[in-house]
Amino acid sequence: MSIFEYNGSAVVAMVGKNCFAIASDRRLGVNLQTIATDFQRIHKIHPKLYIGLSGLATDVQTLSQKLAFRHKLYVLREERDMRPETFASLVSALLYEKRFGPYLCMPVIAGLGDDNVPFICTMDCLGAKELAKDFVVSGTASESLYGACESMFKADMEPDELFETISQALLASVDRDCLSGWGGHVLLVTPTEVHEKTLKGRMD
Amino acid sequence: MECVFGLVGDGFALVVADTSAVNSILVHKTDEDKVMLLDSHKLLGASGEAGDRVQFTEYIQKNVHLYQFRNGIPLTTSATANFTRGQLATALRKSPYSVNVLLAGYDKDIGPSLYYIDYLATLHKVEKGAFGYGSFFSLSTMDRHYHSGMSLEAAITLVDQCIKEIRSRLVIAPPNFIIKIVDKDGAREYAWRETINEAEVAPPVEAFPEAGTITA
Repeated sequence: MSIFEYNGSAVVAMVGKNCFAIASDRRLGVNLQTIATDFQRIHKIHPKLYIGLSGLATDVQTLSQKLAFRHKLYVLREERDMRPETFASLVSALLYEKRFGPYLCMPVIAGLGDDNVPFICTMDCLGAKELAKDFVVSGTASESLYGACESMFKADMEPDELFETISQALLASVDRDCLSGWGGHVLLVTPTEVHEKTLKGRMD
Repeated sequence: MECVFGLVGDGFALVVADTSAVNSILVHKTDEDKVMLLDSHKLLGASGEAGDRVQFTEYIQKNVHLYQFRNGIPLTTSATANFTRGQLATALRKSPYSVNVLLAGYDKDIGPSLYYIDYLATLHKVEKGAFGYGSFFSLSTMDRHYHSGMSLEAAITLVDQCIKEIRSRLVIAPPNFIIKIVDKDGAREYAWRETINEAEVAPPVEAFPEAGTITA
């Protein structure tokens, strides 16, 4: 089994009308055994920027700590929060620094840029950026997620509809992947507020 | 077949570990204490390669003490867990420690807590955790019978059920276990669960008085 499948994960982000949603599963496993059902994969960088990390859990934790550190330094120097595009470049650079001994993580970045235009992107463990206008996925359930999102996604969804769509896509996909699941964690971010919800799906 | 498991109860946390020191097919001793007292209110139950286990847990213990000497106040359990994870993570891509650790502690304002840290430095705060082949049995038993805020009697009953399960279902089950507890009164040994007594199996030399010294 690949090292990316050691802990199991599923992360997805979707763009709506002046809003975005990012969602992840909650399972922390060690190969076939489930250790915990409340693992946090999505981390807040600032109120309008979130990063979801799939892959090896130890690198998820190391990377999220490093990125929080780098962003805090940026805020001290620049006296403002980072724009999502800049942050994506930072993550890409940080990952490529370890080109020949990489962090075994695949991040999904979602944020609201200047003028509250939603921005999403994903990258592989070496930092190759993949910008998208509709949705991005990552994790052991990524193939199922691609299929579910492709069929359920519509452009310019309102926040409520976007929340429903991303939740259904996540739950449907993780049900087909034994290494991810045990519920879901969804964050819906609009220019004015952030909705955080925990989903209860098939608990197996 | 090292077994370490632990759980959080009402105002206390338990860490249980087997006490066999094994090398391939040979059992060196059956009273090896694998749950280290980090300070007055912390327990570190470790399983893994023997040298790494002792080295790493002693290193963590000394650093916890150093912090207290330098700063005059003890580390919180959460800070200790994150420090331990940091040490494992830094060593991971240089010369990794093959040690899995369950850290239990009691903080005055937070209460008891249990942290699961595996050899890859994956950190997670849990209510029940286990490592090793025994985890397949102990985790399932705990999933069935555990609930938040168990009394000490109920928790010990559950621990005994887990030990019984490990003894009956694991092919080379360890004979003895040690149970340690940490609560507001501190971290201490609670009980042993023995099937082989080391003193009977390997008695000290004085038990054979007729053996004389060898003369050439």
